[in-house]
Amino acid sequence: MESAYNISVFTENSVGMLNRITIIFTRRHINIESITASESEIDGIHRYTIVVKEPKEVVRKVVSQIEKQIEVVKAFYHADNEVVYQEIALYKLPTKMIASGGDAERIVRAHHARILTIESEFTILEKTGYPEEIKVLFNELKPFGLLEFVRSGRVAISKPMKTLEEHIEDMNEEKIKA
Amino acid sequence: MSQIRGAEAVIRSLVAEGVDTVFGYPGGAIMPIYDALYDFKEDVNHILVRHEQGAIHAAQGFARTSEKVGVCFATSGPGATNLITGLADAMIDSTPLVCITGQVASHLLGTDAFQETDVIGISMPVTKWNVQVKRAEDIPVALAKAFFIAKTGRPGPVLIDITKDAQFGMMDFEYEFCTDIRSYFQKPLINRAAISDAAKLLNSAKKPYILVGQGVVLSNAEKELLDFAEKTGIPVASTLLGLGAFPPDHPLYVGYLGMHGNYAPNIKTNECDVLFAVGMRFDDRVTGDVERYAKQAKIIHVDIDFAELNKIVTNEVSIHADAKEALALLTQEVESRTHEAWIQEFRDAEKIEFETVVDDAIHPKHDRLQMAEVINMLSEKTDGKAIVVTDVGQHQMITSRYYSYKRQNANITSGGLGTMGFSLPAAIGAKLGNPEATVVAVIGDGGFQMTIQELGTILQFNIDIKILILNNNFLGMVRQWQELFFEKRYSFTDIVNPNFIQIAKGYSVEAKRIDTRPELTGALDEMLSSKEAFLLEVVVEQEENVFPMVATGASVSEIRLK
Repeated sequence: MESAYNISVFTENSVGMLNRITIIFTRRHINIESITASESEIDGIHRYTIVVKEPKEVVRKVVSQIEKQIEVVKAFYHADNEVVYQEIALYKLPTKMIASGGDAERIVRAHHARILTIESEFTILEKTGYPEEIKVLFNELKPFGLLEFVRSGRVAISKPMKTLEEHIEDMNEEKIKA
Repeated sequence: MSQIRGAEAVIRSLVAEGVDTVFGYPGGAIMPIYDALYDFKEDVNHILVRHEQGAIHAAQGFARTSEKVGVCFATSGPGATNLITGLADAMIDSTPLVCITGQVASHLLGTDAFQETDVIGISMPVTKWNVQVKRAEDIPVALAKAFFIAKTGRPGPVLIDITKDAQFGMMDFEYEFCTDIRSYFQKPLINRAAISDAAKLLNSAKKPYILVGQGVVLSNAEKELLDFAEKTGIPVASTLLGLGAFPPDHPLYVGYLGMHGNYAPNIKTNECDVLFAVGMRFDDRVTGDVERYAKQAKIIHVDIDFAELNKIVTNEVSIHADAKEALALLTQEVESRTHEAWIQEFRDAEKIEFETVVDDAIHPKHDRLQMAEVINMLSEKTDGKAIVVTDVGQHQMITSRYYSYKRQNANITSGGLGTMGFSLPAAIGAKLGNPEATVVAVIGDGGFQMTIQELGTILQFNIDIKILILNNNFLGMVRQWQELFFEKRYSFTDIVNPNFIQIAKGYSVEAKRIDTRPELTGALDEMLSSKEAFLLEVVVEQEENVFPMVATGASVSEIRLK
């Protein structure tokens, strides 16, 4: 059965890593729903959060192939209920529509959106949350003449407590024993 | 030591790694490396091939027979892209290679400069690892990593792309072997519980069955496999690349698996109760329809590559390990047993294959020579101890069926990728890696013409290989499929060949053509006893089919005998 899986990949910070990872999906004709990359809590190690909608077996095999890459330190996959995740969206609206009274203030409050900036021409709102929440706000803001909209990929942290550092320690111990 | 150029550092690094043979072809972006090589002629034997594909296949043949890392050089752009087929071949067949490509100067990267290609991007899916080096001082570290990665774990090809300015750059040379990479395991830690679970399963099995693949060869586990099989009394079958891992004349050996393998080992896969697979990866050419493959059996799978475990079949016990270690540990835990009745079942099935297929193939009543009788005679005349390098197609399947591989690291073929044109250059590499061995390249008339230019390499370096062309004037395997599955519509498989003898003569290679049975034994003797390269063209039956055959989509139980 297809459902969303969150793949977390921890890699060395070297040129071409993103390509190395994404071609594993391309080769299997798997669409990446979203992808984000950033530094991790350990110096020199980057983390990627990749969301795919595929059966668990497919995801397991893909993660094995990712982990096989020389510069991948560790890769995990988790179902949605095993992670805490967020996305961030920015909405650009004409300031005159916001300032003309009416519903705008209520909407911003109800959705716990933040106002990032108000310029004479435009205002930018920020909303962090689940994709569905971001979509609801999008729909409500649309009648105000939404000028631009952008949404990030998902960032996710898994609930299991083992840290990456502990994983690396375990790996080193395994290497010594082997 | 005073400062040296990056190019010299490349050569010094190779020498430090013990490299004595390099296959390559020069060009603009790799000229500094070739210039440095000029001063190391005593240390490094550079073989100038006639096409970069020839260089990499030669490096593959060298690596697979010598247990060393194969090394090749190519220039940027077309030189580098000509390596891609060989990289893909080495990747799927787990061959350790280090390929060094020149690249345009770093300030020209991304400018569509002359002979610039994104070789890192292009080769990424077909290398175990690749890296671009833009500074001279990074060269030794990159090469040390490359050799470490290529030869450890599941071996594979590595590509290092070095910009021309890095080759010219000055640096202080110091070489340190790479022994660990934080994110990489050269060897897994064996799970002892899995070993015990596997031993229990094997001890209680009624019809256990061992399948061996190239992993046994790559980990030098032939002795451990033999000990394990003899203690447990379990029959052993082999994949294409596993041929030679177990003695073919051993009473426990039951044959060759897969699409054109033997009858008994295929059908018995669906009758065993415990399937013990070691160093093989359940390729579709071995499993047939995987939904109907060994469903009744509990599977134990040993592989050094974690991603291979539970990839195609679902295991009862997975052992993530080097084959040699796993077999040694298992042998300690298994009971001494025999399985005579079970092995007799294989022998009974074998008899059916002998009567319907083999007897006719090696003692033919047909007028025209059959491929199988040629290979059978070659096997007898060399006592199964030649290094046999096959190309791809019918002659390859016939050779794997009828050559009795008794020598280790002597079965060289393009298995996973099925690369036509592999044999001739790979045989050149095999010979250079084993100057004492008899190396026979068995090639079809089609594949020979894909890398025929390497006759020039044989000429220039006086490489004593035996080239056996089985000529049926067809792209035979495709023709066979057209006959069986496409209503004999022979779409572009009849091939007009040149006069191979004249071509060989043009390259000063001794050559002979035969087309009748009485000539065969003398011609093979002449070829094998020649002190130089020799090309023997044997004209064989035009429309011969390779049987048995597990047709696409069929189960291994449905293997056809005719």
